Amino acid sequence: MTNPILEIKNLKKSFGALKATDDVSITLNVGEIHALIGPNGAGKSTLIKQICGGLSSDSGSVIFNGKDLAGLDVAERAQLGLGRTFQISSVIMEFSALRNVMLAVQAFNGSSFRFFKNVRNDKVLVARAMEILSRVDLEKRAEISAAELSHGERRQLEIALALALEPKAFLLDEPMAGMGPEGSKRLISFLDELRKEAPILLIEHDMDAVFSLADRISVLVYGRVVASGTVDEIRANPAVREAYLGETA
Amino acid sequence: MASLSRESILNIFLTLAMVALPFVATAIDEPFYITLATRVAILGLAGVGLNLALGTGGLVSFGHAAFFGVGGYAAGILASHALNYTPIMESPFLIEGTNQMLIIWLVAIIASGIVAYLIGLLSLRTSGVYFIMITLAFAQMLYYFAISWPAYGGEDGLSIYVRNAFLGVNTLAPHGFYFICLGLLFGGIFLSATLKNSRFGAALQSARQNEERLSAVGVRPFNIKLTAFVISGMMTGLAGALFADLNRFVSPSMLSWHMSGEIMILVILGGVGRLYGPLAGAIIYILFEFIFGGMTEHWQFFLGLVLLGVVLFARGGVIGLIAGRARHD
Repeated sequence: MTNPILEIKNLKKSFGALKATDDVSITLNVGEIHALIGPNGAGKSTLIKQICGGLSSDSGSVIFNGKDLAGLDVAERAQLGLGRTFQISSVIMEFSALRNVMLAVQAFNGSSFRFFKNVRNDKVLVARAMEILSRVDLEKRAEISAAELSHGERRQLEIALALALEPKAFLLDEPMAGMGPEGSKRLISFLDELRKEAPILLIEHDMDAVFSLADRISVLVYGRVVASGTVDEIRANPAVREAYLGETA
Repeated sequence: MASLSRESILNIFLTLAMVALPFVATAIDEPFYITLATRVAILGLAGVGLNLALGTGGLVSFGHAAFFGVGGYAAGILASHALNYTPIMESPFLIEGTNQMLIIWLVAIIASGIVAYLIGLLSLRTSGVYFIMITLAFAQMLYYFAISWPAYGGEDGLSIYVRNAFLGVNTLAPHGFYFICLGLLFGGIFLSATLKNSRFGAALQSARQNEERLSAVGVRPFNIKLTAFVISGMMTGLAGALFADLNRFVSPSMLSWHMSGEIMILVILGGVGRLYGPLAGAIIYILFEFIFGGMTEHWQFFLGLVLLGVVLFARGGVIGLIAGRARHD
């Protein structure tokens, strides 16, 4: 029997008459990539926000690493080991790539309530941040401010920020978005390895990426999970072909 | 670190100018300039406090007069009790007045810190224009409280007959008091720079730029902002205690929204978020008051023109105009 690290049970969220999340149950097991696909407006981003704590749920629960996350805010869930990336890169624009990662490292490793030591002289912090930057191939761009990084580099930085938290599960919201074919290819092989460190709940529109990476796929349409299964099962599912794949193929 | 940036050179120049000023003033027999410079140092320190919240943390507080005034009243109340030999309270334990600046400063810092904590606790739950309004409202509440509190002068204010004492320094001599204020100003600037470069400073700057990201890495923006607001209030409170000693007088006007505006204007004039911005702003502010205030009582009209120019054409204030845009790393 597989053991889920993340268990979403009967989660619901309505905005007025719109059911953005309609009784969603999903699990994420150790060692796997579980892809969440669905057309625009299917409620993927709402679901991510509910998992991360940015949006409260009407009912249902999110169990992470055996703990019910109800009542915990975004920061507390991040501390417990939920590492997320944003659909639209969300970094500290005035900081260099290095200082961005240093912020995440300091948050994970120790405290932000240290007032006197200059962070640039904090060798442990700098070394750890550089190590993470080199994992996403950004070490040569460490001193460049985030505002001057290219779109693709900012996507890499997003991932570095999640890595710095040494999470127990990754929630990646369209990591391929806007990446060139070369960048996507490299990211695919990176994520392929990453699943050994921590399982990934992957929201992605790039079907090639999804089909080559995912162990399981769940399809979200109008806030409901209409199908869930292995790659082959999803490919063969007529409801999915109609609702979703038909549009892209 | 091969060459100094233009901003560093400007900062060094301002530091040296402030240190040299009283000697020049004495040489040309204009001791009044030292009093002006003391005002610059004190208002500059108040601005350094606000700049930590406003510039580094992006917290647009329109209520920093609250901390300035609380610091001022701490000095005034302690000094008046010391002068009259009456205790502030006798039960449950005895608290007496004092004329020792070191104790007065400590009380001013703690008192304004507590007030900043309470105001921050409530107002930091809002942001944007609501934050501006709620900080303004709290400061005005304290202003009206001071007006209607007869024990310490009410509307008429409270006089400090003899300037308080600091170790062996003759505080009544202009030089002595000026260098005390200048030392504290540079202490405040140094503290600001240290904080900005620390882990806390990194988190605070992130809270200004992208709260969502700060939470996503596991840091609560609220706690960071509240801490910054308290430190900011403490620095401005210390400036208030010095201001009371400079004028040997405390009145509710220190708590009024004009004062909040004055502190904010000098930060904007000098350059929001720039280390020496508040000092540069205070120099300009006091110069305008001195030069144009001698010609017309409507001198603030000219100040308004300059402020308009800065807001429209020089977002980095005077420091930004001379030294260019702020460098980030």
